[in-house]
Amino acid sequence: MDTPDGLKYSKDHEWVRVEGDIGTIGITDFAQGELGDVVYVELPEAGKTISKGESFGTIEAVKAVSELYSPVSGEVVEINDKLEGDPALVNQSPYDDGWMVKLKLADPGELSDLMEAAAYKEMVGE
Amino acid sequence: MQQVEIEAKKTPLYDRHVALNAKLIEFAGFKMPIMYSSINEEHLLVRRSAGIFDLSHMGEFVISGSDAESFLQRVTVNDVSALDVWQVQYSCMCYEHGGIVDDILVYRLPDKYMLVVNAACLDKDLEWLGSHLQGDGHLENKSDDYGLIAVQGPNAQRLVAKLTDYDLDSIAFYHAAQVKIDGHELLISRTGYTGEDGFEMYISPDLSPVIWDKVMNAGGEFETGPVGLGARDSLRLEMKYMLYGNDIDQTTNPVAAGLGWIIKLDKGDFIGRDAIVRMKEEKPPSRLVAFEMLERSIPRKGYEIYIGETRVGAVTSGCFSPSLRKGIGLGYVKRGSTKVGTELAVLIRGKMIPGVIVKPPFYKHGSHR
Repeated sequence: MDTPDGLKYSKDHEWVRVEGDIGTIGITDFAQGELGDVVYVELPEAGKTISKGESFGTIEAVKAVSELYSPVSGEVVEINDKLEGDPALVNQSPYDDGWMVKLKLADPGELSDLMEAAAYKEMVGE
Repeated sequence: MQQVEIEAKKTPLYDRHVALNAKLIEFAGFKMPIMYSSINEEHLLVRRSAGIFDLSHMGEFVISGSDAESFLQRVTVNDVSALDVWQVQYSCMCYEHGGIVDDILVYRLPDKYMLVVNAACLDKDLEWLGSHLQGDGHLENKSDDYGLIAVQGPNAQRLVAKLTDYDLDSIAFYHAAQVKIDGHELLISRTGYTGEDGFEMYISPDLSPVIWDKVMNAGGEFETGPVGLGARDSLRLEMKYMLYGNDIDQTTNPVAAGLGWIIKLDKGDFIGRDAIVRMKEEKPPSRLVAFEMLERSIPRKGYEIYIGETRVGAVTSGCFSPSLRKGIGLGYVKRGSTKVGTELAVLIRGKMIPGVIVKPPFYKHGSHR
């Protein structure tokens, strides 16, 4: 299982990569492994405002469907529209090509509630 | 607090699955591989070349004695007397009220019959069958004496041929033979649950890992690999094959399920016959239909089916079809709304997602003979 340093992790198995005031969000390698083959990813439209803990979309895998919960609050500035044609990117590259949304962070202070890689690894028992 | 857990049984191939890093789930009291790497990839491997399955959880009963045939005529809906020696028949057992006890395979062997039953139904089947035994009929549960390995796919015969000199072409679809595989006499049949050509091999538990390794390593110039229960489910669903507990159970009957083709009323009396005759005359209030989704969504078991504003039924099985790249499903829909081409909607997480009733099977290019 891959859990890169430098990202922030939520207990719902999302990650955030912060660059300036933009946070890029996806799901972890552990999460994609548990879900199995992802077949549909439903994402919000750009411009939508999302609160921390709110569902911003769904991810449908062969075995089950899961809600995507935002680890931070902000406005959606970009979505990964490659996932519509190639949802398996979430399985193949959860931290890079499989990213889901970019948010303009409303409150960077929320990031301190999230876990570092080491704490997340411990949570999932690695 | 002390927790008492009944430990799941392990098939003779359990260690192989662990070594292959399979994701294991508990299914019908067994620890079974749901997938090894990817359900989608395993599914497509079977459609494209050949996949190898551990089905050792399935139950095997042996019926013998001079009254074996008349016993099976009474407890199954299909006509056992039509079977030649070494022929196999899909059938089901019904209660008096027409509900289904289990769907099964009946093997006619030289001096006995073998029934292959669903693992989840094993205890119930054994009890029900036992209660109807009469005369010189003997019923034995041989499930612990058999492992079961299936090889399925257009290259299945080429794969099995690498392990035997036997003329596999001489085994017709839904027929069996005693075949020397890797030096061991095994019962194998040209049967399966995928829509592809393939064989099912009944093997003693001791020998099962040996044969598994041989089959796994026999691929060579064509692709093969292990396939878990996840892909087994989507493969069978693409063919509209029933899964007991989902699409059929004690509350459904074979007429409504579209299994009329296995009911042989001419053979004489059998358990459930009167109810089935009545059901055929009155027409069932709902029927099992096959439908596909018109938008990107997966119907799943229990989701409600609507036509317009009216709820007409519920999904009994659904999945993402790896071959068709869309959501497909089965469900019982009220009489009058079951025609091919009928537009319906499935309520998926609060949204009505459109779908359409289609003619089964969903997948029409299977290699089965």
